[in-house]
Amino acid sequence: MSFVRHRLFWPAAILVALLASNIFFSSGFFSITVHDGHLYGSIIDILRRSAPLILVGIGMTLVIATGGIDLSVGSVMAISGALACLLIGDLDNQNSVTGVLLACAAGIALSLVLGIWNGALVASIGIQPIIATLILMVAGRGIAQLITDGQILNVTSAPYKVIGAGYTIALPVSVLIAAGMVAIAVVLTRRTALGLLIEAVGGSPTASRLAGIQARRLTIMVYVFSAICAGIAGLIYSSNVSSADSNAAGNLIELDAILAVVIGGTRLTGGRFSLAGTVLGAVLIETLNVTTVSIGIPVETTLLFKAIVVIVLCLVQSAAFRAKVLRRPSRVGASA
Amino acid sequence: MIDVTAPPGTPPAKARNRVLKQNRRHVPVLATLALLIIMYAVGVANYRGFSDTQVVLNIFVDNAFLLVVAAGMTFVILTGGIDLSVGAVVALTTTVAATLLHAGWPAAVVLPLVLLIGTVLGLGMGAVIHFFQVEPFIATLAGMFLARGIALLINRNSIPITDGFWTAMAEERIRFGPGVFISTSVVIALIVVLIGAYVLAYTRFGRTVYAIGGSADSALLMGLPVGRTRIAVYTLSGFCSALGGVLYSFYMSSGYSLNAQGMELDAIAAVVIGGVLLTGGSGYLFGTVLGVLVLGLIQTIITFQGTLSSWWTRIVVGVLLFAFIVLQRAVTRRTR
Repeated sequence: MSFVRHRLFWPAAILVALLASNIFFSSGFFSITVHDGHLYGSIIDILRRSAPLILVGIGMTLVIATGGIDLSVGSVMAISGALACLLIGDLDNQNSVTGVLLACAAGIALSLVLGIWNGALVASIGIQPIIATLILMVAGRGIAQLITDGQILNVTSAPYKVIGAGYTIALPVSVLIAAGMVAIAVVLTRRTALGLLIEAVGGSPTASRLAGIQARRLTIMVYVFSAICAGIAGLIYSSNVSSADSNAAGNLIELDAILAVVIGGTRLTGGRFSLAGTVLGAVLIETLNVTTVSIGIPVETTLLFKAIVVIVLCLVQSAAFRAKVLRRPSRVGASA
Repeated sequence: MIDVTAPPGTPPAKARNRVLKQNRRHVPVLATLALLIIMYAVGVANYRGFSDTQVVLNIFVDNAFLLVVAAGMTFVILTGGIDLSVGAVVALTTTVAATLLHAGWPAAVVLPLVLLIGTVLGLGMGAVIHFFQVEPFIATLAGMFLARGIALLINRNSIPITDGFWTAMAEERIRFGPGVFISTSVVIALIVVLIGAYVLAYTRFGRTVYAIGGSADSALLMGLPVGRTRIAVYTLSGFCSALGGVLYSFYMSSGYSLNAQGMELDAIAAVVIGGVLLTGGSGYLFGTVLGVLVLGLIQTIITFQGTLSSWWTRIVVGVLLFAFIVLQRAVTRRTR
């Protein structure tokens, strides 16, 4: 029964159970139809909806792996979407592909700057990550509203719409973008030494510095990566609704992203991380949202489900809980 | 916040530095006080009617609930923890109170009941944090989901409160002269703050709170009741949030499950601006009061200015957060 011990066994089992339970409520849940050369179906829909969360989640995973946390992702999403929509709105021809690409590049570039800001606060000034990113979390939505002048900016740009709602080679573009970023993250961390170095910094910043790892530069890098992921997620979100809403964009997504990371088996204390786990966690959260709708439970109660999931996962991950309640041997000592 | 419980390395102080050190400890609070005075002076100099006593009193009237919530948060942050659930507990309290009052329950039953619910929630989070060594961030995040989820489950809509006691409390004004008044909520909030300040400064419990924030391990070795105190601060914060929720329902005369979104950020910001060290162990409840007043004064100035939009509040709060965190960082570094 070694697969039961795999750290992704339980999240995967819950995901399968959730998906299976949908059969009872909507018979055509698993059917995927081809329509105009595009794939349609509930499964595709779940993937499409989870694309922003997957993006934000993988950035968050790397930040958490270094022992940090990034609360500003929702604000970064709002800012990048706001800037892109502002620039597109100013274009003479909103359907110009170059203009849209430049606007998106500007949004991502601004996210990059915000990532450097977060990283510098954490690594150079030495502020606790939760506090350092709290600053941007609070101020960020204000900045986004400053960019849009407090309005919801609507754009009617066909090329921009493609990012969030378009299809290419039969799959939603947003899913492909998310998959691409996951692939980049996996290649960078698992095919190079980068992942090992990040885990080393998360395991012990002091030890890794003594071992000659440039912990400071690495820390800044993960915050930049997280911000870029959030920036792209912001573009997908705003493109999907063809507008920039500074309040709704990425609202509470930082909590969902942290939840996805925790479900995926990455510990909040830093060290080992699992990108596949985070993707699984993100899909699980969106499946939960879709399932509650299809069962007919009010959408708001997903919060209750999330609370239960967080509590159960935290307790299962807690060495003290396992030692006390499950009576399994644990190397970690009793409570302080 | 991953590393909050780690002791900030404070080498033994030399006796001759003690006086100087004591003063340094006051630097953040004095900076907040100076800021408050400057902001008030700027307001008085620029806007007509700003010097009216009622302007100052209105800050208290409009922020009484925040004052109570932030007082509870101060205890938690002094131990080096954090409580993200406060906003959700406020919302839950208003919803439960409004629902029960609507169903015809007497206020004498509802009031203790809602306070009990908040206290028990806090107790539960504290127990999970202490016994199972779950990080405060995650445990209170689960509490936040849970409280907000229950509130949404009870009622998704805003429920008006028409109960006699509630309206009486909402409309009661304590007048000092013509046009100069405060609400009963302000009196309750000030009583809470005074009791809190006394407990922190002069009781064994208060000293233990500081000791845990300074170094939980040392506190344990000294034989202080670390576990009991840690659970107690979260219980206290839960109680304060519930009481804050009651004051909020006085203020709004209604209960709504989406009330107080992001209030945890306001409370944390007030505590930080008030000079409480986020790693714990240093700070005063008086500072938190100043922090709440700064937040209120920003709001007032922006209202008086008229041409500034509301999102400037968030940007200014973000900038202040940044300034005070860097100041804290500088002060603690020099103390070492």
